[in-house]
Amino acid sequence: MKYYKTSLLQLIGPLLALLLSFLIGGIFIFFVGRDPILVYERFFSQTLGNAYGMSQVLFKATPLMFTGLCVALSFRAGLFNIGAEGQLIIGTFLTAWVGFTFNSLPALVLIPFCLIAGILGGAFWGAIPGVLKAKFGAHEVINTIMMNFIAAALVSYLVINVYAVPATIHTPQISPASELPRLDFLVDSLRGSPANVSVFLALTASIFCYYFLWKTRWGYELRALGLSRSASEYAGINIGQRTIMTLALSGGIAGLVGSNFVMGYKHYFELGFSEGIGYIGIAVALLAKNHPLGIILTAVFFGILEYGTLTIGTFVPKELSNILQAIVILFVLITSKLINWWIRQLQALTAIGNVHA
Amino acid sequence: MPAVEMHNITKRFGIIKANDAVDFSVDKGEIHALVGENGAGKTTLMKILYGMYQPNEGKIFINNRQETVSSPAIAIAKGIGMVHQHFMLIPTLTVTENIVLGNEPTLRFDLIDLRRAQQELQKLTETYHLIVDLQAKVETLSVGMQQRVEILKMLYRNADILILDEPTAVLTPQEVEELFNTLSHFKNQCKTIILITHKLSEVMAISDRVTVMRHGQVVACVETKLTNQVELARMMVGKEMEGVIVGGNPFISHPVVVVEQLAAMNDKKLSALHDVSFTISEGEILGIAAIEGNGQAELVQVIAGLRKIAQGSIKVNNQVLNDSNRRTLIAHIPEDRTHRGLVLDFTVAENLILGRHYEPQYSKRFLFHQQTIVQFAETMIQEHDIRPRDKDLVMRHLSGGNQQKTIVARELSKNAPVIIAHQPTRGLDIGATEFVHTALLSERDHGKAILLVSSDLTELLTLADRIAVMYEGHIVTVLNAKDTSERELGMYMTGVIKKVA
Repeated sequence: MKYYKTSLLQLIGPLLALLLSFLIGGIFIFFVGRDPILVYERFFSQTLGNAYGMSQVLFKATPLMFTGLCVALSFRAGLFNIGAEGQLIIGTFLTAWVGFTFNSLPALVLIPFCLIAGILGGAFWGAIPGVLKAKFGAHEVINTIMMNFIAAALVSYLVINVYAVPATIHTPQISPASELPRLDFLVDSLRGSPANVSVFLALTASIFCYYFLWKTRWGYELRALGLSRSASEYAGINIGQRTIMTLALSGGIAGLVGSNFVMGYKHYFELGFSEGIGYIGIAVALLAKNHPLGIILTAVFFGILEYGTLTIGTFVPKELSNILQAIVILFVLITSKLINWWIRQLQALTAIGNVHA
Repeated sequence: MPAVEMHNITKRFGIIKANDAVDFSVDKGEIHALVGENGAGKTTLMKILYGMYQPNEGKIFINNRQETVSSPAIAIAKGIGMVHQHFMLIPTLTVTENIVLGNEPTLRFDLIDLRRAQQELQKLTETYHLIVDLQAKVETLSVGMQQRVEILKMLYRNADILILDEPTAVLTPQEVEELFNTLSHFKNQCKTIILITHKLSEVMAISDRVTVMRHGQVVACVETKLTNQVELARMMVGKEMEGVIVGGNPFISHPVVVVEQLAAMNDKKLSALHDVSFTISEGEILGIAAIEGNGQAELVQVIAGLRKIAQGSIKVNNQVLNDSNRRTLIAHIPEDRTHRGLVLDFTVAENLILGRHYEPQYSKRFLFHQQTIVQFAETMIQEHDIRPRDKDLVMRHLSGGNQQKTIVARELSKNAPVIIAHQPTRGLDIGATEFVHTALLSERDHGKAILLVSSDLTELLTLADRIAVMYEGHIVTVLNAKDTSERELGMYMTGVIKKVA
């Protein structure tokens, strides 16, 4: 009996959860007086049926990859980082600030500068609860949540009182040199779609996180810390330092959200643009079982949900999207527990079989 | 008249018999000591009486009536109470709340009648001279006071037969004295007391009779006044040694490890080690013999860098041990192999570099050298016969023996001059035990300085060159393994002989 092969079995859990939640979603659609089959047909044909729909899905998925990775990295180190929201707000604002402040720089300099500003902003915002945890033992859940409020308040002060274009809640436009190209330069039919090359940055970030976790020393230490604190201590891992590092790295990745929204789409920072991407990132990470490559898939899935509910907006209320997302998360949690229990039963049975054999 | 009689009790855990046809009887109104080494089966027997375990065979009589004690709730109903080694109290609740928990006097609408509880408890504390601040929160109380709360909890539930599992292990000498006063008082009130312990001085001081257990069986049941500590110690550890297997006369040269006047605190911030000094030479195994909780765990943790030194120094090859040189100087086979020594959800290969992952052959700056790691894992699996032979298997699925082999392979291949082995064979089968023993002896022959902490005296006498005995945080004596016996060690370990060498 090869026990480790059971991880394949565990994939069934999320798939089953999806099926079940769409089934229940269908019941809701039925109750608001629509034909579930027609609604789902439109839902899927508008999102996955053509290139334009798919690009919209990718546009929605891109920031979720960043925030999902942010949450997953922390999770792997045993840290519950609820602060992706705050980290991405600070990072995104800094990206925009660099973009409209240093507007004389050429693209080759300004684009990396904007991205690095986003990373550093998010990293700084993540490192603060890291330091508080490492030095004073303050719990990261509370502190990351508090940092979200501070970030929102700070940035809204800066935008409204210092940088806003009069009569708006957004900053000036960033320099054209810092804009990222849209995907329509590749495929002509994507004209009008906000999808831009930051999706490649998100994919790179996922692959980076995968290599980081499994092929590097820091990643190894981070995973050890998440799995067993006492064994990490035994192995001489500097737990405080790694806690700060993990939260900073997580925040840095969340800080890249600005590449999509600011550099690739609106070309300015606008208050309230995030609409809770940081929190949805928790669900994205959870559904992917904190695996960086799995996050690509789950982020796309949430992208489908988000854009799909826009396309059926004339038939069913927008709240349905939220309900569907919530149902998915609940079902994944339940089925993964059930599947694990089922695997244990199987293993117990085979173990007994081996003894008698 | 017997208050408790247990007949022919057998309890198996897998293939191990924790209790093997045990007969045990306690008279009403007596203080009965139950002694034996770690793993002799004392606690198992008492957990059976308290309904926490079900025996595979045997009968239990309480006050001359046969009973099936299928749960602690039933035991409590039959008048049995137990104070566990680890207290079962809720720190943020008050003493009163803790005592009445699960048995609260109520007013209408199920409101808790705390005032009535308080009055009843006040009466109880006066009857038994057990003074505790009933309003105080448990977290503010000393360990001795918390124990008193546990005892009150039993009395509140009308227990007549009180089981105390190593009650003095956590107490200061003064607290021990108070506890013994309380117990004598209980005896006068015709309560029956069973005292699990391995401190023989306490047995002599307070008990009426004593039952000795060894390897799951009852060796003897004697009246305390008809025996003495020396005889009890001999009965506890059993027969004299029957010849040492491994001769090996190591060439003892310059000391590699020099420990001077070491002191450290335990987790409760109480002194756990004081004035500990010893040396280990090149090619020598120094054994540490001690009953659990006498400072040996803290000693290992201090050397391994997992606990702060309060005083004194540790030198290896004339360098003071610090966090940076410790990684190369010390190899450590820890006591808690599943939580300390391994990350159970890592693969075998990942576990084989745990604590060595920073070494340049495995990682250059950030990236791991995947190939070296794979090669190293495959070599180790081959050389040490770690089964199944699969470096990508998750450690959780390996047997205890193979988990320990992984740790031993990793630590010994580090080629550090000093090796600490803490309970390296506990719970292992014969094959894996032999593997560990052979590995340690071969390291000794290669000139390593080895500290071997074990509760298995046979193992110490077989492997060690010298044996230091620890008692209450001191080294009481250092004996040549060739010239001593389990019996002599037992007497030092139980504090019968307190001469400081």
